[in-house]
Amino acid sequence: MSLRKKESFDMKLVVLVKQVPNTTRVKLDPKTGNLIREGLESIVNPDDLHALEAALGIKEATGGTVTAISMGPPQAVDALTQAIGMGADRGILLCDRAFAGADTWATSLTLSHAIRKLGEVDLIICGHQAIDGDTAQIGPQVADWLGLAQATYVKEIEHLTPADPDKPEEPGEIIVKRRLENGVERLACQLPALVTVIKELNQPRYAHMERLITACTDKADIRVWNAADIGVNTCDVGLEGSNTHVIKTFTPNFKRQKEILEGSKQEVVAQLFSRLKKSDTTLSGKFQGRPS
Amino acid sequence: MTIWIDQDNCDGCKRCQRVCPYEGIELMDGVARVTDRCTSCGACVEACKNEAITSDITPRQVPDFSEHKGVWVFAEQTDGVLAAVGLELLGKARELARDLNETVSAVLMGQDLAGLCDTLAVHGADTIYLVEDPLLKAYRTIAHASVMETLIKKYRPSILLIGATALGRDLAPRVSRRVGAGLTADCTELSIDMDEGSQILWQTRPAFGGNIMATIANRYSRPQMATVRPGVMEKTIVENVNAEIIRISPTLNEGDIKTRILERVKELPKGTDITQANVIVAGGRGIKGKEGFEMLRELAALLGGELACTRLIVEQGIMAQRSQVGQTGKTVRPEIYIACGISGAIQHRAGMMGSRYIIAINTDPKAPIFDVANWGIVGDVHEIVPEMIAQLSPKGSLS
Repeated sequence: MSLRKKESFDMKLVVLVKQVPNTTRVKLDPKTGNLIREGLESIVNPDDLHALEAALGIKEATGGTVTAISMGPPQAVDALTQAIGMGADRGILLCDRAFAGADTWATSLTLSHAIRKLGEVDLIICGHQAIDGDTAQIGPQVADWLGLAQATYVKEIEHLTPADPDKPEEPGEIIVKRRLENGVERLACQLPALVTVIKELNQPRYAHMERLITACTDKADIRVWNAADIGVNTCDVGLEGSNTHVIKTFTPNFKRQKEILEGSKQEVVAQLFSRLKKSDTTLSGKFQGRPS
Repeated sequence: MTIWIDQDNCDGCKRCQRVCPYEGIELMDGVARVTDRCTSCGACVEACKNEAITSDITPRQVPDFSEHKGVWVFAEQTDGVLAAVGLELLGKARELARDLNETVSAVLMGQDLAGLCDTLAVHGADTIYLVEDPLLKAYRTIAHASVMETLIKKYRPSILLIGATALGRDLAPRVSRRVGAGLTADCTELSIDMDEGSQILWQTRPAFGGNIMATIANRYSRPQMATVRPGVMEKTIVENVNAEIIRISPTLNEGDIKTRILERVKELPKGTDITQANVIVAGGRGIKGKEGFEMLRELAALLGGELACTRLIVEQGIMAQRSQVGQTGKTVRPEIYIACGISGAIQHRAGMMGSRYIIAINTDPKAPIFDVANWGIVGDVHEIVPEMIAQLSPKGSLS
């Protein structure tokens, strides 16, 4: 990343982080097929660590402050502790029973109110998506609530020109590379902006042990804001403010006939091919195999 | 908002536990108890036949949406080429529209695109909203989102489907925010619930890394928005091609768009796109190194198919991410899927369950992959696959 060298800027950076269950270690109850939530470890959403790393890199290059914001239950404070351990200046936990059960609409509304309360912000960085929902909606929706430009799927931050306080008519700009299905797009985004980042962007640093220990004490700058603090009506957030609702959850059932073929390897392959030959695929002609 | 359970009236029938979408109720000493996962959604209140559950929740009113009609599909295009997912969604949209007794519309945005309208009609669009403007030539979030917002507010569709591509996942959340509508990401199944008087769209998607499926409804806002991954729905061709084209001239200002595209570099993916393959030979943990995959590649080549793999193989650096099938990789639906040395974790199954025929080869007879297979062979892939190759190759049949 290159930066316009001037005297140091006071970039106000916000990173959105989410505490998620480690879904790669999920176990299902063999009898009921339900998720076993007990003992499921909580982690900071992997993409969000890359967002934190990006913000800390910018802060080190230009000067400024990094604020990590998370919405979640009281224990989600651990995600902010880790963010501060990595180098964030402060954390804000949006915690209120009224926020529970929120869909992405209600969540993005809550987060954007908190960001507004912070005052001026130059750049908001978030992970591309969270592993528990995989929706990738929160970033763009927060950007839209705040009326900001957005860049999603960011794999490289190429250049950052912070706004010059002496030239208020010229907004700052961030130039990024976005990873698309069939290539890369270079995009210039007016600041303030919101970017969502993918893993390719960087290698997140480990939390600094001393910082991490301080982050766990009262000295850490972690604030807890509720619905009243950020000025939202409880009917607009959480489950009540959500447009979508879960009707049911179930364990996917993809079961098929499961015919196990038996015999020598020549026999099982011949049996398989004769079944494919008789099947209704357009490829049945390929399975002429030698007679067993 | 609170839920109370009158323990004296509870007979421990578990009805409330079953209907709770959030696992907010558990059974303790034979009676139901509210856990801290409860979101006060109220689903349990109606389910209880003993009237043991009460709450202070005021039921939310469903607004009148009778003026919202029509199933819309965003027809994604880049440089004048339609994305396949848009055509796939038109196929699904026709099905939904038939159940609703409504029509299907495609929204096409860009510049000089009139030539694409026939293709959209043949794939099921009754109406095409053709929005052309030089500022829409290349996709930019704010420009496209504001056009979509205007169209939705003017024509009031009941459903809007968008492909879950990089572009679609950039656009859909902004549109949903602007029109105040709920949005469900990466749906694998869409259907109209005919039981409910309001004929609501049921949107089913994997959650929790594919470990569970969730059915989601959008009762309180319109349009009901959903994104669907490429390859999940099937294209259909219709006879009637007399689509009505409604031309729209948007009012856009460069100054409002806030982004500039500096450059687009095409990186043509090496190898073919596995989502388009008729036959897929996929390898997992049970395949021994690169040589093992060369063997699978040979089988795939004999069948005119493609080679794919599980996440672990990508993490080991043996194959590239574009060949990965599963929750965090691609969704495929070939005619024949041959799973070699793949145990079949649910994340993998989520990406291949739509295959026409599934064949599993694994040494472990208890591997979950066999449950989803049409035919299974319990044995070592490194013996079975060479035998398949031998029986398939012309030389093999002579020996």
